[in-house]
Formats: sequence, C-alpha cells, structure tokens
Amino acid sequence: MIRIENVVKRFPGGQEALSGLNLSVDKGEMVFVTGHSGAGKSTLLRLIALIERPTSGQVIVDGQNTGRVSRRRIPAYRRQIGMVFQDHKLLYDRPVFDNVALPLIISGAQHRDAARKVRAALDQVGLLKKEKQKPETLSSGEQQRVGIARAIVSKPKLLIADEPTGNLDPDLSLEVMRIFRRFNEVGVTLLIASHDIALIDQLGCRRIALENGTVQVEEEEDVVAEYAERLEHKGQQESWR
Amino acid sequence: MAIGRRADASGGARRAGPFKVWLLRHAGTCVGALGRLTQQPFANFMTILVIGVTLALPAALHLIVKNAASVSGNWENALDFSMYLKMDVPLEDAQRLADIIRQRADVEAVTLIPADLALEEFREQSGFGASLDYLDVNPLPHTLVVRPGSANTEQTVLLLNEELGNLPEADFVQVDTEWVQRFLAILEIMRRAVVIGAALLGAAIVVIIGNTIRLDIQNRREEIEVTKLIGASNAFVRRPFLYSGFWYGLGGGLLALGLIAYGLFALRDSVARLAGLYDSAFTLLALDFEESLLIVAAGVLLGLVGSWVAAARHMRRIEPR
Repeated sequence: MIRIENVVKRFPGGQEALSGLNLSVDKGEMVFVTGHSGAGKSTLLRLIALIERPTSGQVIVDGQNTGRVSRRRIPAYRRQIGMVFQDHKLLYDRPVFDNVALPLIISGAQHRDAARKVRAALDQVGLLKKEKQKPETLSSGEQQRVGIARAIVSKPKLLIADEPTGNLDPDLSLEVMRIFRRFNEVGVTLLIASHDIALIDQLGCRRIALENGTVQVEEEEDVVAEYAERLEHKGQQESWR
Repeated sequence: MAIGRRADASGGARRAGPFKVWLLRHAGTCVGALGRLTQQPFANFMTILVIGVTLALPAALHLIVKNAASVSGNWENALDFSMYLKMDVPLEDAQRLADIIRQRADVEAVTLIPADLALEEFREQSGFGASLDYLDVNPLPHTLVVRPGSANTEQTVLLLNEELGNLPEADFVQVDTEWVQRFLAILEIMRRAVVIGAALLGAAIVVIIGNTIRLDIQNRREEIEVTKLIGASNAFVRRPFLYSGFWYGLGGGLLALGLIAYGLFALRDSVARLAGLYDSAFTLLALDFEESLLIVAAGVLLGLVGSWVAAARHMRRIEPR
C-alpha cells in the first residue's frame, strides 16, 4: 500500500528530516512509526499526504507515485486518504455532524446519502448522540474521535494518523487505538505515528522505529493474536460496516 | 483506488445527475454565504452601504443628465425658426404665404412680422433710434416666425426648414439652435463624465469588496487549511467567498436603487414647485427598469470580480502546514 524508496527530505535551512528512508506497508496492515520528536515521523506522514514533497526518492501510495501527482490533482489524491491529527483540526464554528460530513460535501455527495454515512461514522466512534454539539463542548478524547469519524466517513483504504493520542490520557488513548484496530480488522491499512511505546506494546502491531531520518529497528507483530483475544474478552465486537 | 470510481460509488452523482448535484451544491454554498453574512450584520451592512453609495453616485449623475436632456428635448420640439422673405415680396404675398404654410400638417403656428413693425421694434430695442430716420428705405424684409408641430422630430424640422427655405419668396431661414447645440454639447460632456466616473467608482467597488474578502479569508485561514488538508480543491474553498462577493454586490446594488428612489422622493416637491413657476408639467424622470437592472447587475458583477481577485490572490498561498 505504501512504498518509500530512498527518500531524502531536506528543508530549506539545510536540516535533513529524512535521509534515505526505505520502508513499505502492505495492504491491510496496521503499522506504527515510532521515534522521538525530530526523528522524521511527521515528515514521513506529510510526504504521504502530499503536504510536502521529497527532496529525492519516491513515495508510492496505492500504486500511485506521488511525485507524478500534479498540484491540481493533490485535492483528489488527498480525498483517498483518511487523516487524523494530534490537534484534531476540527472546524470549531460548526457542529460535529458538519465536521464529519465535510469530506463528503467536498466530494459532492448528496445530502441524504451523506447524512447516512455521517451517522454510520459517528456510530463507529460512539458519538452518535453528540452530532448537534459544537466541538468545543466535547472532551479532548471526544474531539479526537470526531476527527477519526471525519477521516473514515468516506471509507478510505488508507488511514494515516500523526500522534493521534498525543493529548489523551492512557484510557482514552487505548479507546482510540481500539477504534483504529476495528478499522484494521475490516481491511483498512493504517500507518500511525506515535511515541507512546507502552501503548503500542499493548497492541502488538508491527513497529518501525525511526531515528535521524532512517529506519532504526523494525519489529514484526508477535502479539496481535493475543491482543485480539483480549479485546474479545472485553466484549468489544462492534463490527465495521 | 481510482478517484472517479469512488465518487461514483458515493451514489449521488449517478442517481440525481451531475447537473442537479452541482446545482444543489451551489445553492447550498450560496445560502450558506448569506447566512454567514448575517452573523455579523453591522460590519457587513457597512460594507454594503459603502458599495450602495458608490453605485448610487454615478447613477444619480446619470439621472441628472437624463433629466436635463429631457428638459432640452422639450425645448427642441418647440423650436421656432424665422423665415426671412426676399425684399421684393410685398406684404400681401407674405400674408398669403403665411396662410399657406399655416395649413401644413407639420406646422403649428405662423406669425407674420411685417417689415414696418420689425423696424419699429428694432428702433425701440436697439437704441439706434433717430439714426434710423436717415434710411431712405426700410432695410428689413417681412418675416414669418414658424413654430413646427410637436409631432416633429429633429430630422423633420430640418426638412421643413429646407423646404421653406427653397420657396421662391424665401431669402433664408434661420434656426436659433446655437445655444441648444451648446447645451447639448455640455450634456454630452456630462454623459462622458458619468461613464468615466462610473468606471472609477466601479474600480473602487472591486477594491472595497476585494479587501473585505481578503480580510474574511485571513480570518478563516485555519478553516481553509483544514478543508484543503482533507482534499478540498481551490475551487471548493473559493466558492463561498465568491458568493459573499455576490451578496455584497447584490445588496449594494439594491441599496443604491433605494438611495436613488429616496433622493427622487425628497426632490419631488421642490421640482414640482419650480416647474409650476415655469408653467411646465415637468416631473423628474426616475430610473427605468432596464437602468435599475443594470445597476444591480453591475453591483453583482463587480462583487464577483472583487471577490475573485481576492480569492485568486490569497487562496493559493494558504496551504496546509
């Protein structure tokens, strides 16, 4: 789904965020990118979202070489990817429903159709009853879930998240990760940047550790099955439609 | 993950037809932009007021010219001219000629001024008085003052002049149009001034609306960034601002019509009094339907141009960081 080949990203100041990065993420995987700040996690995600372009090397997303996506086609490209941000990036002047509906409105969906999809997405993150509220009346964890609902409302095959639990306490973080996990179970590919090692260990997914702009360690998933069992015990079996 | 396929799969486009979807989307944005304007009623009313006044200025100037032209039009229709007969035409012939001309359909009245009477008048009015007594013969001819009928146009009056001037008894025909010509020339200058003024004020409106939209874009920078981040095109983020410009222009145009109507209402009584003093049935001409439509359309167009310029300049620079 994602292939990063020899990617170098140098900023105008001369500092190098990524220096010859190689990695790949298969369809249906849920992968974490770790590393302390400045290791290049965010830059990697920004390259995938085409907020930045690499200085050299190739970023290939779902068979599309992002280097060949022209400026005009960037919006259409971005619509294929769900994005979740640490600071949620919600529009605070409009209710939850409108925030989640935004990607559908952008791609020109019909109102009735959109409403159904928005409610389905809000149901996924457990916020169906709060669709009329303004984001600022929600807790940080709930706001993040609104952001997630917005990212998945148009059912992207790929979801990228930059420190999605950065501002959340451990319980809320686990809740958010569980939501991601459910998407993964229905085939969504996820690439999540996080420095919360303890949390990632609990989930047991593949982990790519970045340091100084290159891959330092790759850990294969070993405890996924165990984690899935744990989830079942908790009776969390809402299915992704 | 082809984009086209995904858009189709969302269903709307296939069921309702792309045009209807497009229309609905625009209608939604249009109403949404209006709703946003009503959230800050005072500030936005001020903007609309400035646009309204700016549109009303050239419109008012145009009305002044139009009314002046209509007044001079009345003068032109009632334009008398003098037909000087040859010196050897006797008074009886002049009398007969006056009767003949009076029967023409395009002539309202003919007054004969005999040579003696003309000399007498000249003696009284010119102040030469006694010196005229040294003349052996009256140097003045008999004169017919012809008033063309009110159905005449400028052309038919001219034809009438020519026809009468060609009569064997006629020496020459003099039309006292010079001062009317001068007045019309002044009107023509004013007409051009209206055009130039309208162009300058139109540019001012583009700048006013452009600046308002620029501020609006800056205030909503974050929103634009987020919207672009999740895949909105430049056209999509530009659209609400274009509709804001549309509403400013429409509001300004309608307000300009209101201001003009109020101005006419306020002047009506004093104009009627003045017309009464001149024994005239003159009333102020208002803007006709086409002119009103033109003002509103100009407002809308300038609003769109202003917001387009602002959006094109500033929207491109706002990219997600």
